[in-house]
Amino acid sequence: MRKQYDEELENLHNLLVEMGNLCQEAIFMAAHILQEENPSKEAVDEKEKAIDKKEREIEQLCMHLILRQQPVASDLRRIGAALKMITDMERIGDQAADIADLSRFISGKEKQGESEGHLWEMAQATVKMVTDSVTSFVNNDYELALQVMKSDDTVDTLFEKIKKDIIDMIRTQQVEAEGSLDLLMAAKYFERIGDHAVNIAEWVEYSITGGHENKED
Amino acid sequence: MDKITVENMNLHYGDFHALKNVNLNMGEKEITAFIGPSGCGKSTLLKSLNRMNDLVPGCKIDGKICLDGEDIYDKKMDVNRLRKRVGMVFQKPNPFPMSIYDNIAYGPRTHGVRNKAKLDEIVERSLRQAAIWDEVKDRLKKSALGISGGQQQRLCIARALAVEPEVLLMDEPTSALDPISTSKIEDLAIELKKDYTIVIVTHNMQQAARIADKTAFFLLGQMIEYGNTEKMFSMPEDPRTEDYITGRFG
Repeated sequence: MRKQYDEELENLHNLLVEMGNLCQEAIFMAAHILQEENPSKEAVDEKEKAIDKKEREIEQLCMHLILRQQPVASDLRRIGAALKMITDMERIGDQAADIADLSRFISGKEKQGESEGHLWEMAQATVKMVTDSVTSFVNNDYELALQVMKSDDTVDTLFEKIKKDIIDMIRTQQVEAEGSLDLLMAAKYFERIGDHAVNIAEWVEYSITGGHENKED
Repeated sequence: MDKITVENMNLHYGDFHALKNVNLNMGEKEITAFIGPSGCGKSTLLKSLNRMNDLVPGCKIDGKICLDGEDIYDKKMDVNRLRKRVGMVFQKPNPFPMSIYDNIAYGPRTHGVRNKAKLDEIVERSLRQAAIWDEVKDRLKKSALGISGGQQQRLCIARALAVEPEVLLMDEPTSALDPISTSKIEDLAIELKKDYTIVIVTHNMQQAARIADKTAFFLLGQMIEYGNTEKMFSMPEDPRTEDYITGRFG
């Protein structure tokens, strides 16, 4: 029964996975660009536009489902959660583009030392968080959503490490202050991407349990 | 493409002006829903589409209703042929007091089909199209009055389909049914629109939102608004439509 409704819900899942993949690609691209000598941010900008377009598409599908199918119970929670999740995913796209933009102002010097490795680790960790949060939604996997919430600590720790690296470099006058601050901002954007992934996981929790038991205020 | 067009149509029951200058085009292989409060004229318009109102004393119609461009109120129109092309399903399931098989075979027999194999094929095809074959295939010779209300309604849809109509009119087809049977009929309507043009009168606005491609809102004999269902339920143009669909009157 309600074959069309089920097909549309399936389509919603597929679109969310596609949007999650675009976010993942944007984060990786931004991380790569940060390591390049003469970075070009156009590719990340394109991804960001694709993410924005996907957000509109999912938003319209959710509005269509609410209007046409009058969802209740778990269906209502899932569609409501999807609408909130895409706002966080859209912000992830913006922040990946911001990282790519900053890469123009960060010279090779600032990236030397341990910061480079830590930034790369942050990129990998956030990509995993984003992927897992979307997967947890599609598979209704509460445990995976909880893991995403916990893994935010790893990203926060890496951010603190980068901050310490930069402070040390400034103190020993190895680098220019301006470029160092840009590097810190890039790290902060990665840290924010982690926070958005946590938000997504919290909406997964809501869609499964009907509450935000693990939300940190 | 438009299957049915209604132009400047007025309908009077004696002195009562029941439909006032209605104009609308209904697309082929689409579901069009008529909504509005009781007495607004939606069922009257539906019945006019296969001239069921001819049977009502004092009913007078002017304006034009065309099926594939042909005026159905033209003197040359064969009403029996029209009703074969434009089938109808009513609010309350009304199977004939005979077997399931004979209910479906009744229409084709009336139109001259006598061959047993041909009738068997029509019965099976119609019941399959109405998504009830699996539930009744082992009791085709049993009385149609012995099956549930929801099954009876799908049987009536199968009966309407047996004469291979082009248009299916449904007058509140689920108002006497439970939610599960309602859901089955709605799924069926969506499936049937691949082959048929469907016009449905419903009191249930959510039902119109779920299944209709186009929706027309009627009030006191006037068609207030007509258009794409999603547009009407998200951004209605007329404040009276907004008031009705948001439950502020009616």
